[in-house]
Amino acid sequence: MNRLLLKGGRVIDPLAGEIIAADVFITDGKIAAVGRELTVEETVVLDVSGKLVAPGLIDMHVHLREPGYEAKETIATGTAAAARGGFTSVACMPNTDPVADNPAVIGYIRAKAQTEGMVNVFPVGAITRESKGEQLAEMAALKEAGAVALSDDGRPVAGAAIMRRAMQYAKMTGLTIISHCEEPSLAAGGAMHEGYMSTVLGLPGIPAAAEEVMVARDIILAEATGCPLHIAHVSTAGSVRLIREAKNRGVPVTAEATPHHFTLTDEAVAGYDTATKVNPPLRTAEDVAALRAGLADGTIDVIATDHAPHTPEEKDVEYAKAPCGMVGLETALGLVWTELVAPGVLSPVEAVRRLTVNPARVLGIARGTLEIGVTADITVIDPELEAVVDPDRFAGKGRNNPFAGRTLRGLAVLTIVAGRVVYDAGPTR
Amino acid sequence: MKKDLLGLQQMTAPEIARILDTAVPMKEITGRQIKKVPTLRGRTVVNVFYEPSTRTRTSFELAAKYLSADTVSISASASSVVKGESLKDTARTICAMGADVVVLRHPMAGAAEMLARTVPAAVINAGDGAHEHPSQALLDLFTVREKTGRLDGLTVAVIGDILHSRVARSDIWGFTTMGATVRLCGPATMIPPGIEATGAAVCRNMEQALDGADVVIMLRIQLERQQQGLFPGVREYARLFGLDEKRLALARPGALVMHPGPVNRGVEISPAVADGVQSMINEQVTNGVAVRMAILYLLSGGGKNE
Repeated sequence: MNRLLLKGGRVIDPLAGEIIAADVFITDGKIAAVGRELTVEETVVLDVSGKLVAPGLIDMHVHLREPGYEAKETIATGTAAAARGGFTSVACMPNTDPVADNPAVIGYIRAKAQTEGMVNVFPVGAITRESKGEQLAEMAALKEAGAVALSDDGRPVAGAAIMRRAMQYAKMTGLTIISHCEEPSLAAGGAMHEGYMSTVLGLPGIPAAAEEVMVARDIILAEATGCPLHIAHVSTAGSVRLIREAKNRGVPVTAEATPHHFTLTDEAVAGYDTATKVNPPLRTAEDVAALRAGLADGTIDVIATDHAPHTPEEKDVEYAKAPCGMVGLETALGLVWTELVAPGVLSPVEAVRRLTVNPARVLGIARGTLEIGVTADITVIDPELEAVVDPDRFAGKGRNNPFAGRTLRGLAVLTIVAGRVVYDAGPTR
Repeated sequence: MKKDLLGLQQMTAPEIARILDTAVPMKEITGRQIKKVPTLRGRTVVNVFYEPSTRTRTSFELAAKYLSADTVSISASASSVVKGESLKDTARTICAMGADVVVLRHPMAGAAEMLARTVPAAVINAGDGAHEHPSQALLDLFTVREKTGRLDGLTVAVIGDILHSRVARSDIWGFTTMGATVRLCGPATMIPPGIEATGAAVCRNMEQALDGADVVIMLRIQLERQQQGLFPGVREYARLFGLDEKRLALARPGALVMHPGPVNRGVEISPAVADGVQSMINEQVTNGVAVRMAILYLLSGGGKNE
């Protein structure tokens, strides 16, 4: 019986920008009704009174590591982490082995997700072959196979000429370019943000300019080509300023920020905990403030995790040797609520917008709302629920998370994908 | 004394003074005909060097031997490192054999701190990347204090590649903690960002840095930095940042000249200055053994009942 009634919740509608007390009725995997005091016969009823009922959250930037790096994560474990964290959809980056630069790999990911995935998986294809930044990938074929966007995440497209061609061609295919902005020659060898902390810790630094130079370049190229550009994991105040200015000028640019970049600073690197090593690196308090301001004024459209699992063996080495990345799917919502909603940076509606309709629009996927007839992807959030972050209890494989021991308030208690409950916090709900 | 000696940033003035005070009788031992006391008999000190080093490694080895500890030195190329063993596993292995003290030299910042968290043995940081080199700074402090009788109120100029220098960082923390003023000077490409926030002052040129200074610490310029585009060439470097007699005359008369070695003669320091009466380069090496004896002694639990 595929009938489900969520009773007594407060429904967040990010399109209308309001929260209304309403029940939600789901049948055959679709939203059938949203209204007060719904009475439906022969249905499973879940009491969600006092909770927020939001469209299913979308994380448009994750690394599921499959194929090729199954020791770090698989589609099964990565989507389990997503479900636990309240995400009903993830877009996975193409830096797998082999790189998702061809329809076969995209097809493999989708097939795996179909059989083993707990949430929707939307693959991102590569911009260039093997993400080497030399020749264009077959973008139209990638789109036909199901890629929702293009990115050479993790290996920024170094050459301006190939990026310009990529944007011209991508625009023709209708796919958005997601750019990991980092000028490789400025970032080379860096292990953390270049500033006072890198000086004191003696670690090679990555200057803010490494990111900003490429943000500026890609904005100029997007303006010239008209190709929609999405800037991944913005980390500096200068990038926020460039994006704000570009948006004001009408450049087709959107941007995302990660929970770690709007929460932590480079001071977290003291002690050399490799869980804090991430690319782009944790920046300064001024950058954190600028990201928050950018989220608040809409310069930054999307919150995404850049969930990047690694094995403990890979991370348990000297700081400079450790790979970059941290897992984020299971701490993201708690950080959004604790760090942005609680202090009033974002209202609950605005926060949910950056996790639902906004990423759905960037990717062009029919998700992120609770309109009648749409696929019933729903996340129920308990804004009062608290938990201490314990990586050993994560559903995903990665334990590389710098928030271990932190208390987060505002967590997912129920994750529903196409009408099916994929995560239920149980008694705490 | 804490379990480990990882750096001077976190150390207080009394903690530093205690090491310097302890080094005084140690120096007396190194001057004896029979340079051996039984203080650390039965203790094991293992030197683990992931970078080539003659001076620091020999200094630690002799310091341990003069105190009658058993010592073993391992260099990266000869060890299981080449077989792919991780730093942590190497350290655990050494400690499983019963090492009481591990002296670690490593090219990556934070390596000693990581090791200290992993093993029960006392860990001495003998240089980790561009982070810290505490025993070098302590021997610099000892040398200056021995010669001038004080540290408080002195002006210390540190000249050269500050960006890559762990000695500069440890010297900054050590001298400022002990009440001295530290001035820095070097090519703009080698002045790390935010360094002023450590309490050191960055000078525009060498003349400004040397003006009236009590101590001048010259850093080694690594010639491969030229290939990295950090400075245009040796000739220009020597012209702007080399210490010759004329420049040294700007410092306080009798100012001490120091260098952690090895020296690039004629580049950062002229032979006349390196071998001159104000040069402390040899004294630094001698004092290094005494200071490292003090460190080994204190970390091995010596002087606990004082």
